[in-house]
Amino acid sequence: MKRILTSSIATLIILLGFTSCNNGNKSNSKSGALANNIAEKVYIAPGEYDSHYAFISGGYSGNLTVYGLPSGRMFKEIPVFSQFPTSGYGYSEETKPMLNTSHGFIPWGDSHHPDISQSKGEIDGRWVFINENNTPRIARISLTTFETEEIIEVPNSAGNHSSSFVTENTEYVVAGTRFSVPIPQRDMPIKDYKGNFQGALSFISVAPETGNMDIKFQVLMPGFNYDLSHPGRGKSHGWFFFTTYNTEEASTLLEVNASQNDKDFIAAINWKKIEEYVNNGGGKMMPANYTHNVYDEHTHTAKSTMNKEVRVVNPIDVPGAVYFIPTPKSPHGCDVDPSGEYIVGNGKLSANLTVHSFTKMLDAIEKEKFAGEAYGIPILNFEDVLAGVVEQPGLGPLHTEFDGQGNAYTTFFISSEVVKWKIGTWEVIDRKPTYYSVGHLTIPGGNSGKPQGKYMFAMNKITKDRYLPTGPEMEHSAQLYDISGEKMELLLDFPTHGEPHYAAAMEASLIKEQSQKIYKLADNKHPYAAKSDAETKVVRDGNEVHIYMTTIRSHFSPDNIEGVKVGDKVFFHVTNLEQDFDVPHGFAVLGQNNSELLIMPGQTKSSVWEPKQVGVWPFYCTDFCSALHQEMQGYIRVSAADSDVPIKWSLGEDIE
Amino acid sequence: MKTTLKLLMVLFVTLLVSCGGKEEKKKEGFSYQKKATTEKAATPKAEKVSASKKVNLDNKGVGPIKSITLGAEIDQAMATHGEDVYKKMCTACHRADKKFIGPAPKGILERRTPEWVMNMILNPEQMVKEDPLAKELLIEFNGAPMANQHLTEKEARAVLEYFRTLK
Repeated sequence: MKRILTSSIATLIILLGFTSCNNGNKSNSKSGALANNIAEKVYIAPGEYDSHYAFISGGYSGNLTVYGLPSGRMFKEIPVFSQFPTSGYGYSEETKPMLNTSHGFIPWGDSHHPDISQSKGEIDGRWVFINENNTPRIARISLTTFETEEIIEVPNSAGNHSSSFVTENTEYVVAGTRFSVPIPQRDMPIKDYKGNFQGALSFISVAPETGNMDIKFQVLMPGFNYDLSHPGRGKSHGWFFFTTYNTEEASTLLEVNASQNDKDFIAAINWKKIEEYVNNGGGKMMPANYTHNVYDEHTHTAKSTMNKEVRVVNPIDVPGAVYFIPTPKSPHGCDVDPSGEYIVGNGKLSANLTVHSFTKMLDAIEKEKFAGEAYGIPILNFEDVLAGVVEQPGLGPLHTEFDGQGNAYTTFFISSEVVKWKIGTWEVIDRKPTYYSVGHLTIPGGNSGKPQGKYMFAMNKITKDRYLPTGPEMEHSAQLYDISGEKMELLLDFPTHGEPHYAAAMEASLIKEQSQKIYKLADNKHPYAAKSDAETKVVRDGNEVHIYMTTIRSHFSPDNIEGVKVGDKVFFHVTNLEQDFDVPHGFAVLGQNNSELLIMPGQTKSSVWEPKQVGVWPFYCTDFCSALHQEMQGYIRVSAADSDVPIKWSLGEDIE
Repeated sequence: MKTTLKLLMVLFVTLLVSCGGKEEKKKEGFSYQKKATTEKAATPKAEKVSASKKVNLDNKGVGPIKSITLGAEIDQAMATHGEDVYKKMCTACHRADKKFIGPAPKGILERRTPEWVMNMILNPEQMVKEDPLAKELLIEFNGAPMANQHLTEKEARAVLEYFRTLK
C-alpha cells in the first residue's frame, strides 16, 4: 500500500513537472481554464459578491430561482406557483390563498418568463413578473422582500405562454394565450375549432406605486397559437408584438398540421390605441371567473378574491390597432432591439432569420398596402415590412437578445449554438456551441432599451454528459459567456433548477441596497400575532384552539400546552420576535399533516394541526438558530375528545 | 460512563413501569449529583463571583456609546417609553426582577456603567466577543446569546432610564 502511494506521488510529481514545462506550447492547453485566466473571470473570492443577479424561472418547479453572476451560484428559490414545504408557502394559513384559482386550490404551476419592471425603458429592479403556463396566471415578486406578493389569474386564456413581458414604464404586464379555446368556455366538438376558437391577449395594468395588477382589457384574436411576445420600445413604444403559429388552426397532430403554412404571422398590437378606446368606454364586459390573490406585507397574510367579469375587445372594432406581419415558418421568439426599430421573428422551421422594420411597418400601414386579411385583421406584405435577413445562421432559431452595442445574439435549438450577428448588415460575427439544445438566452437588462452587456447565458434543454450523472433525471445546464469582446467566450457551465425557460438579469447594485433584512415587529398587523411575551395565550373557540406563540433564541412561549383534545383544529400562530438579520425560527410538531413553518424575524405564520392521537407530542425549532437550538422545544398534551382537561399554558414553570 | 448507563436504564424502567396512570406524580428517578458541586472539593479555589454579580463601574463596554450622563432625577416620560420598548422587545428573555433566559435588569446600574448597558443592548455580537464581562455572562447563561433587537440609540437610552426605576 505504502509503495503504491509513494509511486503514485512520484508519478504525479513527474506529471506536474511535464505539464508546467509544456505550458503554453501544447495546443490543448489553450482550452484549459487556467491558461486563459477564464477561472479568474468567474471566481468570486470567499466573502465577495457577484456583480449581477439572475432570476431564472424554475419551469415545472413552478418557482423562481435567484443566481449570482458570474459565479453561477444559486442563492435562493422563491416559491411562486408551487407549494414549498421549506418555508411553508402554500401550506401556511397565510399563504394558501396565494394558490387559489377559479378551479380551486392548485398546488403546482409551470413558470416560464420572468421580466423585471422598467421605468423609462430601463429596468428599475422593483419587481419581477412571471407567468404560469398551465392554469394561466401572472405573479409579481417583490425585489425588496424576494417574496411573491401578488398572483392574478388570466381568464379566457390557456397555456399562458406569450407572457409576462412589461412595457417600458411597466404600464402593463402582457399575457398572451398559447392555446386558443372557446370563449366563453363551452361544451362543443373539438373538430369545430376553426373559426370558433379564439386567442386572448391580456393587458394587465400595473399600479405605479404598489405594483397591483388589474386586467385592463383582453383582445380576442383569431384562433392561432400566440407563442411569444415583446413590447415596442423607444420609437415603437405603444405597440406590442406577438409571434403566432398554427395559423392553420389545427386541433390535432400539430407537429404536422401546424407546420403547413409557409408563413405565419407576427401580430402587431397598438395597445395605446386600444387603451384609448377602452378609456372611452369601448369593449364590453363579459362574465368570467378569475382570482386575484394579494399578499399583505404587514398582516403577513394573503387574501384571494374572485373577479366576476373582464373587459374584452374585438380587434376589428378598433380600426388601425391590429395588423399581421407575415413571418416565415412558425416563429417562436419575438424580440425587439433596444432602439425599438427591429422586430426579430425567430422562425423555428426557417433556414433564415427574419427581421422586420417598425418604420417600414408604419409606412405600409399608412399607405394601406395590405396583402389580405384574416378574420377582418389586415395582413401586411412580407417584403414591405422586411428590414433584413440573416442568411442561414443555424438550425432552429428560437430567441434573440441584444447587447446594446449593435449586436444581436440568437439561439439555435437544433444546431445547439448561439450566433452573434450585426444589426443592419445582418452578417454573422461569431458562433459558439452550447451544451446542449439551447432554448432561451439572457443578457442582463435584456428586455429593455438599455441592455447591460458583459455577460450572456444560454439555458439548455438537454444536459447529457455535462455533469456527474444523477440517474435518468438531471438538472438542466446553462452556459455563461463573456460577450464584452468581438468573439464570445465560454466561461462557465452551471446547473439550473427545474426546467428553466427564460431568465431576467441585472446589475446587482440596485437590488442589493434595497434587499430587506427583517420585518419590523412594530409594523406586524397579523390578527393572531403575539408581539411580546405578554401577548402569548391559548384560546379555545368551539373545537378550534388558537395558540398565540412567540419564538426567540432559544425558546417557544408558551412551550407547555394542555387542554387540546382529539378532534380539535389547532392553529399554531407563531410570531418570531427576533429583530436581527437572518435569524429565522422554524416550527414543526410530531404527526402534523402539513409542512413546517419557517418564520422570518418580525413575521407571523400559522399552521393547522388536527391531532388524531392522545398523547404528549413534542414540537421544536427546525432552523439551527443558536447554540441552544437543540433546547428549543416544547410539549403539547392531547387528551381524549371527551376529556375535561382545561386549556392551560406556561413557559419556564410547570402548568398548575 | 458505565454507571451513568446503568442509572439511565433504571430511569427508563421506572418510567415504563409508571406509565398508564392518569395522575402521574413527578418522580426524581435520579440520584446522581447533577450540580457540579464536587469541583470545589477537588481543587479548592478562591470563592468565585458569577459574572452577573460582579461589580464593575469602570468598564464602558464596546460599542457606539462612549459617554452617558444620567440626570439627577429619573425622567419619568423617558422611563415610561423605555418600559414600553422593554415590554415589546426584551421580555421574551428578561424578567425585571428575576433571572430568566438572561439576567434581571433590576439594580443593574449598581453593577454596570450606563454605557456598558447600552452597548450590550445595541452591540451584543461584538460585546460577547470582546468585552470580558459579556463573555463571562454568555457562559453563565448557558451560551444563550443576547439577541440584537435593533433598538435605536434613543430607545436603548429610554430602556436604561426604565432600568433606573427598578428598585
